[in-house]
Amino acid sequence: MTLLSIRNLHVHYGAIHAIKGISLDVNEGEIVTLIGSNGAGKTTLLRTISGLLRPSQGTIEYNDDGLKPLHRMKSHEIVRCGVVQSPEGRMIFNTLTVEENLLLGAYSQKDAAKIQESREMVFTLFPRLKERRRQVGGTLSGGEQQMLAIGRALMARPKLLLLDEPSLGIAPALVQQIFTTLRQINKRGVTILLVEQDAYLALETANRGYVLETGKIVNEGAAKELIANPAVQQAYLGMA
Amino acid sequence: MIDPYFQLILLRCGVAAIMAVSLNLINGFTGQFSLGHAGFMAIGAYVSAAVSVFLAPHAGEFVTQVWFLIALLSGGIAAGLMGLLVGLPTLRLRGDYLAIATLGFAVIIRVVILNLDVVGGARGMTDIPELSNGYWIFGTLAITVWIINNLVYSIKGYALTAISEDEIATASIGISTTKYKVMAFVVGAFFAGIGGGLYAHLESYLNTNSFTFLRSFEFVAMVVLGGMGSITGSIVAAFILTILPEALRGFDQYRMIIYSLMLIVLMLTRPTGIFGRRELWRWNRGKT
Repeated sequence: MTLLSIRNLHVHYGAIHAIKGISLDVNEGEIVTLIGSNGAGKTTLLRTISGLLRPSQGTIEYNDDGLKPLHRMKSHEIVRCGVVQSPEGRMIFNTLTVEENLLLGAYSQKDAAKIQESREMVFTLFPRLKERRRQVGGTLSGGEQQMLAIGRALMARPKLLLLDEPSLGIAPALVQQIFTTLRQINKRGVTILLVEQDAYLALETANRGYVLETGKIVNEGAAKELIANPAVQQAYLGMA
Repeated sequence: MIDPYFQLILLRCGVAAIMAVSLNLINGFTGQFSLGHAGFMAIGAYVSAAVSVFLAPHAGEFVTQVWFLIALLSGGIAAGLMGLLVGLPTLRLRGDYLAIATLGFAVIIRVVILNLDVVGGARGMTDIPELSNGYWIFGTLAITVWIINNLVYSIKGYALTAISEDEIATASIGISTTKYKVMAFVVGAFFAGIGGGLYAHLESYLNTNSFTFLRSFEFVAMVVLGGMGSITGSIVAAFILTILPEALRGFDQYRMIIYSLMLIVLMLTRPTGIFGRRELWRWNRGKT
């Protein structure tokens, strides 16, 4: 079943035409990745899906309990539909403790028992966060902050998790650990749309991928096919 | 019994503390930059004074006290409503734009009052009953601190802190940032109005010169000096900055120079303010 369906999407930053007619689909249960270099429009696309930016043209439809036009909804309404973003650069709240950050993540949830259940799940997925739960966010390492950002997004009980550059500025050992956890999260029934600059890592993790270049999709297909594609290899995987 | 002069200064400290704590909710905890606090204070002062002078019946002690409460609440509600009116359009602005918009609002309020003859216009408003005593002022301060403390250290308050740190991240977890900014602004304005009412009934005379933008800056200085995001800090700074100019009277014309120098040195040596984001009653938070 198609969970998210984007058709002919255009986004402008003032005069800059950042996204030029993108169409893509995310099916339920998949991990789909968007790869591309800096300025290709990956973050812009994620922010548009989660309602932080408005598209100038095109539609974003989310199909869960009926069709919902995300392109016309506000960010807090979108979170309530089950589409939750973990923003680029982690953006955790530095002066709040780990537990307070997680609690805020569950802001859209009203059921205390479910919040408690999500919290336990996050602590199972990221035991490090449990150890550090009374520490303020600003004192965590980069990798721990990324875990917290993902954990905070999970607290909203997403059906579709939007992840923006989870490997950015993080020690390689922790990157592996985080990506392993992403697969576990996916196995628990969360569909993931992953934006990532480390194309190899992203394609290894994902089922399908889209390649973005200056606001357009230039290539798409199963992740395995994209890894084998010479054009992708040359541009993004550092192979000649 | 303490000397009436010290008593008056102490009561002024209490009013200043109410003003600083309520401004901290907006400028410190929520990270917005309002320069309009003197405007909200003026609304509260004039509305409550008008209630006391024109409406309150001349009856026994108990009735007088009840009417004082009504006057204070009217001032607070008027200021809060004005906060809603001003906050809705301006809180979409960020940082310095918001500062200028709120500064402009405070100037408008002052000019409007200056031209209202019923409340004395430029001559000022006189004969306001002197009802603000220690019980009223410090009781109100305690209630203000209690309410704002319960607000900022709850899930709603964490949402405010989240807004002060990063609006995009806050919106991304499903929090309507506009709603919370407006709420903080209205609650802050309400308590500023109450503070204004206490001020009016403490000085028994009101003049628009008491509510210029310099007054707004005084409150901002208290918030910054005490620590953006520390209720304890705002109270301590309100006391310091109210007592200091009086304590330095012996230095005659050098008084304000010394006062300013002390402020500069404090900010250079401790830019997070005296208390940073800590509270006396939550000292070890986030340190284990």
